[in-house]
Formats: sequence, structure tokens, C-alpha cells
Amino acid sequence: MIAIIDYGVGNLYSLSHSLTHLGVENAVTSDRALIGAADKLILPGVGAFGDARKRLDDCGLTEVIVGRAHAGIPLLGICLGMQLLFEKSFEYGEHEGLNLIPGQVCPIQADLPRPLKVPHIGWNQLHIVRPCLLTRDIAEGDSVYYVHSYYAKNVGDCLMASSEYGVEVPGIVQKDNVYGAQFHPEKSGEIGLRILRAFAEGA
Amino acid sequence: MISKRIIPCLDVRNGRVVKGVNFEGIQDVADPVEMARFYNDSGADELVFYDITASFEGRGLFTDILRRTAAEVFIPLTVGGGINEVADFERVLACGADKVSVNSGAIRNPGLIEQAARRYGNQCVVLSMDVKRVGGQFRLFAKGGRVDTGIDALEWAHAGQERGAGELVVNSIDTDGVKNGFDLDMLRAVAARVNIPIIASGGAGSMEHFKALFLGEEKVDAGLAASIFHRREVPIAALKRYLADEGIPMRIIRQREENSNDS
Repeated sequence: MIAIIDYGVGNLYSLSHSLTHLGVENAVTSDRALIGAADKLILPGVGAFGDARKRLDDCGLTEVIVGRAHAGIPLLGICLGMQLLFEKSFEYGEHEGLNLIPGQVCPIQADLPRPLKVPHIGWNQLHIVRPCLLTRDIAEGDSVYYVHSYYAKNVGDCLMASSEYGVEVPGIVQKDNVYGAQFHPEKSGEIGLRILRAFAEGA
Repeated sequence: MISKRIIPCLDVRNGRVVKGVNFEGIQDVADPVEMARFYNDSGADELVFYDITASFEGRGLFTDILRRTAAEVFIPLTVGGGINEVADFERVLACGADKVSVNSGAIRNPGLIEQAARRYGNQCVVLSMDVKRVGGQFRLFAKGGRVDTGIDALEWAHAGQERGAGELVVNSIDTDGVKNGFDLDMLRAVAARVNIPIIASGGAGSMEHFKALFLGEEKVDAGLAASIFHRREVPIAALKRYLADEGIPMRIIRQREENSNDS
């Protein structure tokens, strides 16, 4: 069973239904016992980093998520959920992340070499940097759906796939059993379903 | 590279898709869930569901359709129509919508844009505007394009962005339903005033019109249409291949045969 961690941030309807559509048992939950017992975890999220981090703490979920990740349980962070996996974020101040993957979360706007619209909204192509589990069933140039204003930097060897938006935006990152997708696989049509299926089957 | 988007709009009344010509003479087209599935398979980049129901019963039917669609179609869904307060955002987001489009509700209460953006994020708030030329000015119209508000549409677009709208739908009443092409002059005028994604609506009649749109104004991100897609006059898969061949960045989905082989 995959636990979709519900900490009051964002709409989890599509994520849950996309897993159900794939025949994958899942539960949207904030229950520590259930999260502690799940085979895999998905950490979703939209909104601001600081608020989300505080909510995770307030819900008493930070420890169980980090504990399970350290124990080797597959964990997939999506969008803001991926950003939470890094060391820190500079969104409205400076906030500590869960420190599961090296890197920092910074504003795209500050690094753009030419004027582009921010947020980065829409379908963008993935360039596969290092073939990995999440890219198992997709091809170079497949498109996924992004909505974000901040992006991860200095992720080093954990960068698995990226998209070009003035800067190199890390689309998929991985460190051992911890995975992240900056885009929304649950909104990326068939390609997104393939990515979720790979996580559900392979991780 | 980020793609330009092709967006079919489904006007829903009493559980069925309808589409007006120049906002009059509505005729029935098809079942919304069926149509959403068809568009998803065709490669539509996003779907807009527009609730033109007046009755309470019709509203229940609409949210049911939304829920069923979101349970099996995994591309972004935008919902509009009858959005007058933050509670309306809540209602459709809970049924699986990703973005909510406000039009007359924001004209009555511009603060709605700010409230919703603060609560759900700018990316969730789409400001939709019906615009018509009146005495040499681009004028904002309300109530499905029937009422002249007297407001300058370009000012309204800019103010909407400042209040927190994440995207802008510009529907030209002058070209809507005429199928002579998008209103490039109007779109250029709006594009000069905002820096959020612009979705062009009104006037598409052929593939060439989409080409002219994307090559004519680079700040337009998406083209929206209804009847030409519903009646298969312009098939979306063929349209996207055509635009890609013309050098416009498009998301091209792989053939379904290939999908079914390895799944």
C-alpha cells in the first residue's frame, strides 16, 4: 500500500485516482501509524515551502517520514513535496528541508538569463540525464506538466532528468530510495502514469 | 522547451456539453466525460469545463461530471462558471479541478482574485475576460458577454495580474464564433500589459489560425476553442502535428498502439 501523505497542502484527488487507475492500492492519510506501516510513501504538496514545512511539523509527520526514508522505504516527493526533500529553501526567507537529498531550493526568476514568465506553467520536455527507475518507461523528450516558481540547485549526481526553462530545471531527482518529481505526474497524462507505475512497481 | 497548449473548452449545461455561436443559439453536442476522455487521448494539453447551469440541480450534475472526469483523465482541468466566492473555489477543487476560472464574479468583487490567490496560490486562479471593441477601446463585458461594464479591458487585465491571477483567458467577443481567426490585435494589446500566461479564445476556424496565433504573438501560451474541436472540424492530434511541423513547440503524445503494447 502506498500512503499519500495528507498534511493539508493541496488537492490529492487526482494523485489518489491516478494510482487507483493503475490498480495500485493507496490511501490518503495523515495517520502516523498508517504512514509507519505503508510499503511506500508519496509526499505531495503545493503552496509555500515554509508553510508546508511547518504543517508537516505541526501534524507530527516530519519524524516518521524521515525515519522511514532512512529505513529504506521508497519515498516520492512531488512538486513542493520534492522541494521539501532538499537541505533548505530560500522561498520567503530561509527554511530547513528534510535533508534527504543534497541541494537547495531557489527562485527561478533570479537565475533566468532572459525574461520568461514565472511561474513556469505548462508542458515541458524531459531530458534524461541518468536513466533511473522513474525514467524506466519514458523516452527522451517526453513532456510533463510543471507548475512552480522555485527550483532545486546543486543536486549533483542526484539529477536524473531535467527540463530547460532558461535554466536547467531538475525534473526528476533520486538518492537511493528517495525520489522527487518537480512536475505533476498525476497531471502529465500517459507519461505521468508511466512514472507513477514505475515507482509503484519498481521501487 | 515549454510547449504551446491546445485547450478544448466544454460548456456544460444540465450534464451535457453545449456550445453557443456568438453566445446565442446553443446546441447540444455530447456527454462531457466521454468527450474529456476523447480529448485526453487526442493529446489535448488541458481541459476547461465551463458550467453554464442556472439551477441548483444542474450544479450538482456538474460537480458529479467533474468528479468522474478527474477520476480518469489525468491532465490539468480548469473549471469556470458560477464562481462568485471562495466557497465556489473550494467546491470545484474538492471535485478534482486544478484551476478555477473567474469572470463575472471577479467583476462584481475584484477582491475575490486576491482572496483565492492567497488561499490556493496564483497558479490556481485563472482570470477569464470577455472583451469587445467599443468606440476604439477594448471594453470588458460581463454576464457571458452581454453587459458592457464600461471598464477598460487592458487596465482590467493588468489589475487582475497584480491581484494574483496566474493566467489570463482573453475571449474576443468580436471574433467569437466567426471562425475567421483569433483576434491578434486584441491579444497583442493585452500581452503588452501582462506577464502571466495568456490563453487566446474566440475565432479559431482552422489549423492555420492556430499557426497565425502562435507565430503572431509570442506571449500567447495557449489557444482555446470549442465547437471546431467538438464537431471534429479541426482534430486536435492532427492540429498539434501540423503546428509542430511548422516549428511551434508542441507536446506530441505517442501513439496509443505503442502505449498498449508495453502496459
